[in-house]
Amino acid sequence: MSSVSSYELRCRGCGRSFGNQPLSICDECFSPLEVFHDLEAARGIFTRASIGSGPHSIWRYRALLPIPEGFEPDLAVGDTPLVRTPQLAKRIGAGELYIKNDAVCLPTLSFKDRVVAVALANARAFGFQTVGCSSTGNLANAVAAQAARLGLKACILIPADLEPAKILNTQVYGARLVRIDGNYDHVNRLCSQIADRYNWGFVNVNLRPYYAEGSKTVGYEIAEQLGWRLPDNVVVPMAGGSLITKIKKAFAELIALGLVEEKKVRFFGAQATGCSPISVAVKTGSEHVEPQRPDTIARSLAIGNPADGPYAARAIEQSGGWAEDVSDPEVIAGIQILAETEGVFTETAGGVTTAVTARLYQQGRIAKDESTVICITGNGLKTTDVLTGLYAHEPAVRPRLKDFEDYLTTLDALPSTAPADRDADLVAGGINVR
Amino acid sequence: MSVRVLLPTAFTKHTGGKKELDSTAHNLTGLIADIETTFPELASHLKDENGQLRRFINVYVNDEDIRFLGNDKYEFKEGDEVMLIPSIAGGC
Repeated sequence: MSSVSSYELRCRGCGRSFGNQPLSICDECFSPLEVFHDLEAARGIFTRASIGSGPHSIWRYRALLPIPEGFEPDLAVGDTPLVRTPQLAKRIGAGELYIKNDAVCLPTLSFKDRVVAVALANARAFGFQTVGCSSTGNLANAVAAQAARLGLKACILIPADLEPAKILNTQVYGARLVRIDGNYDHVNRLCSQIADRYNWGFVNVNLRPYYAEGSKTVGYEIAEQLGWRLPDNVVVPMAGGSLITKIKKAFAELIALGLVEEKKVRFFGAQATGCSPISVAVKTGSEHVEPQRPDTIARSLAIGNPADGPYAARAIEQSGGWAEDVSDPEVIAGIQILAETEGVFTETAGGVTTAVTARLYQQGRIAKDESTVICITGNGLKTTDVLTGLYAHEPAVRPRLKDFEDYLTTLDALPSTAPADRDADLVAGGINVR
Repeated sequence: MSVRVLLPTAFTKHTGGKKELDSTAHNLTGLIADIETTFPELASHLKDENGQLRRFINVYVNDEDIRFLGNDKYEFKEGDEVMLIPSIAGGC
């Protein structure tokens, strides 16, 4: 995997070329820039065989990632399990169902490790000493950890009300953390001003086009792990709206280069109702994504003004897919159902995606005989606060067999909090998963 | 009555490097017209083929997105700070 195919920044609006530089906005039409790969240059390099002999990480797809010449990545990011989920499938009326489990993406337990790995490779090449980001948490963790390993300084801005675990999981790496008295959209706006003023590499501002390409690796991995075939459907959580467009781009590249058979995969977007600008645009058929003031426990998806929203909505519509949004009680039920059926503990965003998937089957938008992949993007250990109070704090039992047996008898006599009751929450949210 | 208008770096190619102006406009339409008069070179870049402000340009009044304030219905007040910022990504 020594050869690197050629790539450059191009405007998504007017198509103008910008070479390679830390820049994310076209100075002619102010549309976002995107990395354009010369697919013909990758033909013959990006093959099933070359990928198969690569490292067990995102770097096996290096030929279609914007990685500067001379950068030798050694951090094993990605290569997360694609897991068949028969118990969850049975529960929600699905057939061939999988989760792409980025709850165990290394090093910081979210899919953000993928994008940050690509962004920081470029930050180094551009000569930045300090990197940063605006983040709802997972990105903060990933930037802090990977910057530490690369010997870069990190300055990270977050909304002040972020989950304590996500704050601690940023500070522990020695990053400078700035809590901003506002929501993510306020933080993001400030970051764009900071990036103008300071010579810092902001992964989701001036390094954004490179960063976003890292998300393609989710799509490459899904296809390779399915034995080089594409699923019928993919369900993806949406915050800024980038991930869903990049998985689609990855599939298109694999088709173009002949690694998989051509197939029209349908893309489904998942949001929390308390922050659902993209879902609303899809459901109302609107060309515009109207901003919202976020109010949901799914804080990692709480972006009221999604920069890639118009692209995400278009990608969904063109694919013949759909978008849905679920209430906060459904998000909790989604977390619990995935844990109870498949032993996977995801964060609130994963609860959103799981609950939305249940609804899509219930609505008949996804048929039982189709193959579907749910993208689980983060780990439940980071958002345990949303489950506070839901599980009893059990009394301490004396270490005697008799006491233990008495205690079990007491528990058995209590009203059931069995998994079946979870469905009531989903039903309460307007669907019946039975 | 005057408001301070801050422009993003992406605009400076068309403003001779200037990133600020003061405007006496009363609403968003007036403000955009004011920007176009002050920086004629920028004018052709600000709007799309339908004459609308390009969708990736966000307008904030103090800390609030002007779309939450009613867009053109919002009347600028003395001391308002107006920021034009292209969209930025984040989240998944």
